[in-house]
Amino acid sequence: MTDTDTPLQPKKKGLTRRQKRTLSRGVQYAVFAAAVIAFAATADWGRLQNQFAQADIAKQMFPDVITLALKNTVLYTLSGFVVGLVLGMVIALMRLSSVGPYRWLAGVYIEIFRGLPALLIFIFVGVAVPLAFPGTEIPGGTYGKVALALGLVSAAYMAETIRAGIQAVPKGQMEAARSLGFSPAKAMISIIIPQAFRIILPPLTNELVLLFKDSSLVLFLGVTLEERELSKFGRDLASTTANSTPILVAGLCYLLVTIPLSFVVRRMETKAQEAIR
Amino acid sequence: MSRPEIEVRGLHKSFGDNEVLRGIDLEIRQGEVVCVIGPSGSGKSTLLRCVNLLEEPTKGQVFVGGTEVTDPDVDIDAVRRRIGMVFQQFNLFPHLSVTENLTLPQRRVLRRDKATAARTAAENLARVGLAEKADAYPASLSGGQQQRVAIARALAMGPEVMLFDEPTSALDPELVGDVLAVMRMLAREGMTMMVVTHEMTFAREVADRVVFMDGGVIVEDGSPDQVIGAPRHERTRHFLSRLLDPAMADVEEETSDQVGKSEA
Ligand SMILES: Nc1ncnc2c1ncn2[C@@H]1O[C@H](COP(=O)(O)OP(=O)(O)O)[C@@H](O)[C@H]1O
Ligand SMILES: [Mg+2]
Repeated sequence: MTDTDTPLQPKKKGLTRRQKRTLSRGVQYAVFAAAVIAFAATADWGRLQNQFAQADIAKQMFPDVITLALKNTVLYTLSGFVVGLVLGMVIALMRLSSVGPYRWLAGVYIEIFRGLPALLIFIFVGVAVPLAFPGTEIPGGTYGKVALALGLVSAAYMAETIRAGIQAVPKGQMEAARSLGFSPAKAMISIIIPQAFRIILPPLTNELVLLFKDSSLVLFLGVTLEERELSKFGRDLASTTANSTPILVAGLCYLLVTIPLSFVVRRMETKAQEAIR
Repeated sequence: MSRPEIEVRGLHKSFGDNEVLRGIDLEIRQGEVVCVIGPSGSGKSTLLRCVNLLEEPTKGQVFVGGTEVTDPDVDIDAVRRRIGMVFQQFNLFPHLSVTENLTLPQRRVLRRDKATAARTAAENLARVGLAEKADAYPASLSGGQQQRVAIARALAMGPEVMLFDEPTSALDPELVGDVLAVMRMLAREGMTMMVVTHEMTFAREVADRVVFMDGGVIVEDGSPDQVIGAPRHERTRHFLSRLLDPAMADVEEETSDQVGKSEA
């Protein structure tokens, strides 16, 4: 053992591991500070405030931004979520069916609607469907159309999520239910699906956040004043006042909902992680 | 003599190319307790699962209580209500409380009213000694308690026959006794039972018959004293010697026959 006298001493030449780590962290902080300073120096704060943070314009948006715009955004989101959930459940069950054509159809649906931009689907629902089926009205007017469009968009994602959830339930659960005399459908409804939903609650809530943002595409359906949601409301006001403050306020309203929701999702995920251990 | 409660005739079962059951004939009379023993991969679970059609036999017939289970037109859900099954891994419903585990199947499958289901649940929990766990969730119970709840859940459906697939194999040794005690009680009460197990003491004391399986066939079928105490076949002797005294077993060549059907 010849090196017993050297090991704990710092090396004479070069940096120790600790010195390197300190240096590296120092450099990262310096870069960050430089970026902040550069941004602060180049931005024209007066104009920024003028364009985005005019208190009187913001004030003028209330209470309509909440009682009308936010309310409509929430309504659109929830109705789209419900349609997507029901449709997604049907597609997930078709995907797991023993009947070949059902599986195939569900697969085609999922591939198509996952691959299309939500915007195209809105245009499709708003323009193509009324043209293709003249005389038929989508029930519920704009609300119905939005629910359908958002439902079509989200159903493909939800179907895959639900399918994964169902498959994550241990096989023994179905066997236990069947051996007690449950029919496959009854076992699915009272034993498997309730367990699957616990597993997929976080991704489903994430989907809700995505839908909340996608509801802004209502813009492309052409809505009445009463049917405006946050984005349309903000944009309209921004153009009448020739100022962007309404955009900022509308954006804050989105964050008001999405940030707490994301927080809830993260809580559920850590809880689920702990439950596994 | 009345007709057998469980009757298996010329049963074959293959998974792809793997023929797991190669012609099983077995009769179990009402109130009889039959223990099925045999090496891992010999087809014990598959045989049990063919009795309530969790596995579809490739060939052969199975009758339970005079009804042909293997008849393609049989109402299998109705047949299964008469057959209770207990699994190695308990398979309690984790999202339901202990009581709900017992009441939900009664309500959904037997369409019993709330009060009857609750009463039956309470009675059966008391039978397995777990009345005070009625409101607990499965995850908070020990393995032995979970398995007793699983037995109570099956009993609450009022089965005529009970199937047990290695009910104590997943348990810590000190918890095995409680589960075996419940099974012994059932046997005394005259339940028809088919039990796959490695608990030789239980087989000796409780079983009316012991069936030794190996390689997908029944090698030996007789009283416990005969099959365990004085086995006629070399394969049975070999299996029992390894089971009763595993520390004394020699290292063995894996024969190609065993490869592919080990692990179970
Ligand atoms: N669902 C299945 N698919 C394919 N092979 C299976 C399946 N179930 C059991 N087997 C095979 O059947 C053989 C017997 O299994 P099993 O009946 O579980 O034996 P035992 O319970 O006696 O240990 C094993 O080789 C196993 O791999
Ligand atoms: Mg087995």
